[in-house]
Amino acid sequence: MNNLIILPILIPFLTAAVLIFFHKKIKIQRWISALSSIVTIIAALALVHNVHTNGIQSLNIASWEAPFGITLVSDMFSALLVLTTSIVAFTCLIFSFKSIGKERENFYYYPVFNFLIVGVNGAFTTGDIFNLFVFFEVMLMSSYVLLVLGGTKIQLRESVKYLLVNIISSALFVISVAYLYSMVGTLNMAHISERVAEIGQPAILSVIAVLFLVVFGLKGAIFPLYFWMPGSYYAPPAPVLALFGALLTKVGVYSITRTFTLFFYHDVGFTHQLLQILAILTIIIGVIGAIAYWDVKKIIIYNIIVAVGVILYGISVMNIDAFTGSIYYLIHDMIIKAGLFLLAGIIIAITGTSNLRHMSGLIKRYPGLGWTFFIAALSLAGIPPLSGFIGKVLIVQGGFEGESYFGAAVVLLSSLLVLFSVMKIFINGFWGEDQTYVNEEKAPVKWLLISPIILVILSAVYGIGTEAILPYISQAAETLANPSLYIDAVLKE
Amino acid sequence: MSIVIGILFMVATYLMLSKSLLRIIVGTGLLSHGAHLLLLTMSGLKRGAPPLLGENAENYADPLPQALILTAIVISFGVTAFFLVLAYRAYKELGTDNIEQMRGTKGNE
Repeated sequence: MNNLIILPILIPFLTAAVLIFFHKKIKIQRWISALSSIVTIIAALALVHNVHTNGIQSLNIASWEAPFGITLVSDMFSALLVLTTSIVAFTCLIFSFKSIGKERENFYYYPVFNFLIVGVNGAFTTGDIFNLFVFFEVMLMSSYVLLVLGGTKIQLRESVKYLLVNIISSALFVISVAYLYSMVGTLNMAHISERVAEIGQPAILSVIAVLFLVVFGLKGAIFPLYFWMPGSYYAPPAPVLALFGALLTKVGVYSITRTFTLFFYHDVGFTHQLLQILAILTIIIGVIGAIAYWDVKKIIIYNIIVAVGVILYGISVMNIDAFTGSIYYLIHDMIIKAGLFLLAGIIIAITGTSNLRHMSGLIKRYPGLGWTFFIAALSLAGIPPLSGFIGKVLIVQGGFEGESYFGAAVVLLSSLLVLFSVMKIFINGFWGEDQTYVNEEKAPVKWLLISPIILVILSAVYGIGTEAILPYISQAAETLANPSLYIDAVLKE
Repeated sequence: MSIVIGILFMVATYLMLSKSLLRIIVGTGLLSHGAHLLLLTMSGLKRGAPPLLGENAENYADPLPQALILTAIVISFGVTAFFLVLAYRAYKELGTDNIEQMRGTKGNE
C-alpha cells in the first residue's frame, strides 16, 4: 500500500475541478495550473525514487483486496512514463500561456488540459483492465474538447472523424474486455496474467490478443490503423498538438506493451510475429510519409508513426535488451516529439504558414530557434551522444540477438530517412534568403522558446547521462521480461 | 441474445457507412448498445438471484458485469451527447451534414 501512486492522478484532477470555478480569471488559472503541474512533477519524481528503492508499489482503492477491487500499480515502467508525462505537460502548459489565445483560455482550456493529464497518468498507472478503459475515456473526452476548442472549420471537420474513429475503438475495447472476462473471469491485470498462464493461452485468447492489438493500435497509430492521425493532428494549435503527439499515441503503445508482455506472451510465434510485421510496416509507411510531405506539421506527425513502429518492434522481439531499448526510446520520443511540435509551432507563429516552400532564412534573425531545432532534429534521428542513439542501439542489438535481421535493418535505415526528413525542414526553413513575414512582430518568440529549450536540454541530459539513468530503465525492462515480478507485487503482499 | 447482438452490430455498421452525420451518430449509439449487451452475455447471464454475496448465500449473480455496463453506458451517453453537439456545430459552420463533403486537409499536395 502506497498512497503516493495516486498523487499524479489526483493533483491534476483536483486542479481541474478548482479551475472550473475560475473560468473568467485567466491569470489565476495560469498560476494554479503551473503550480499544480510542478507539484505533479515532484510527486512523480518521488514515485520513481520510491519504486526504485522499494520495488513495485500497488494501491488497493478503498482497501478492497487485490483481485476484487480496483488496484493501481506503479512499476518502474509506468512510474517513468508518469514522470515524463508530467514534465511534457508542464512545458506545454508554459507554451500555452502566450500562444493559445484568450478565447480558448476563457472556455475551459486549462481545466480540460488537466483532465487530459488525469487520463494519461491514470492509464499509465492502473492495474485493472476495465479501469484502463475508463481512463482511456477520460483522456479521449478531454482530447475531443481540446481538438475542437476554437471551432474553426478545419477543427470541426477533423473532430468529427477523430470522434467517430475513437467511438468505434472504444466499443471494440468494451467488446474485447467482455471476451477476456468470459475467458478468465477477472479484470485485475496481474490476476488475468496468472489465469492466462494457467490455461496456457488457447487459440481463442490469441484472437482476443489481436482484438486488443486493434483497439490499442487505433489509439497508437500502427500500420493499417494510422489513417486518421495525419488529418486529425493537423487541426489543433501547437501546444495541443504537442500534447497529443507526445502523449496520446504513447498511451496506446504503452497498453500494447503491457498486454503483450503481461497477458499474451505464451504464443509468441503468432501474436508477436504479427506485431513485428505490423511494426516494420508502420516504420516503412511513416518514413514514406515523412519524406513525401512539404509541410512542417505533417513531417513531424509522420515521424510519430515511425517512432511507434520502432518502439513496438523492440517490444515484439521479446528480449531484455530490446525491452530496455524500447522503454528508453519511448521516453526519449515523448520528450523530443513534444519539443519538435512546439518548435514547429513557433515557426508557424513567425511565418504564418506551415508550408516549407513559403519560408526560408529564419536562422538569420532567430539563431536560438534555429540551433534548438537543429539539436532536436539530430536527437530525433539518433545521432550520438543525444538520446535517440542509445535507445536505437539497444533495440537493434536486441533485434540481432533475436535473429530478426530484417527488422533491425529497417530500424537502422529508417533513422537515416528520419534525419533526411527533419533536415529538409532545417534546410528549407532556416537556410536561404531572409524573408519578412506579415505576423512576425506579434510572435513572442523569446517566451515560446523556453519550453522547447527545456525539452531539448532534457533530451541531451537524458542521452549524455545514460550511465545514471540506465539502472532505472533496466529495472523497468526486467518487469516486462518477467511478469511474475508484477504478479507477485500485486497479489501477494 | 447473441443473435440480437449480431443484428445490432450489423445495423450499426450499415448506419455508420452512410453519408449523413445523424445516421452515423445513431449507428454509434447502436454499436455501443451491442457492446454492452455483449458484456452482459459473455460473462454468463444468470437469473433468479440478486447480485449479493451474503454470509450464507446459496447462489448469487455475478455483480461485476452489471457494474461494468453501468460505467460503459454512462460513458457512451456522454460521448453521444458530445457528438450530437459537435455534429450540430459542424453543420452550422460547414453548412453540410454530408460526410463526403468533409474531406481533405490543407497541406496535402
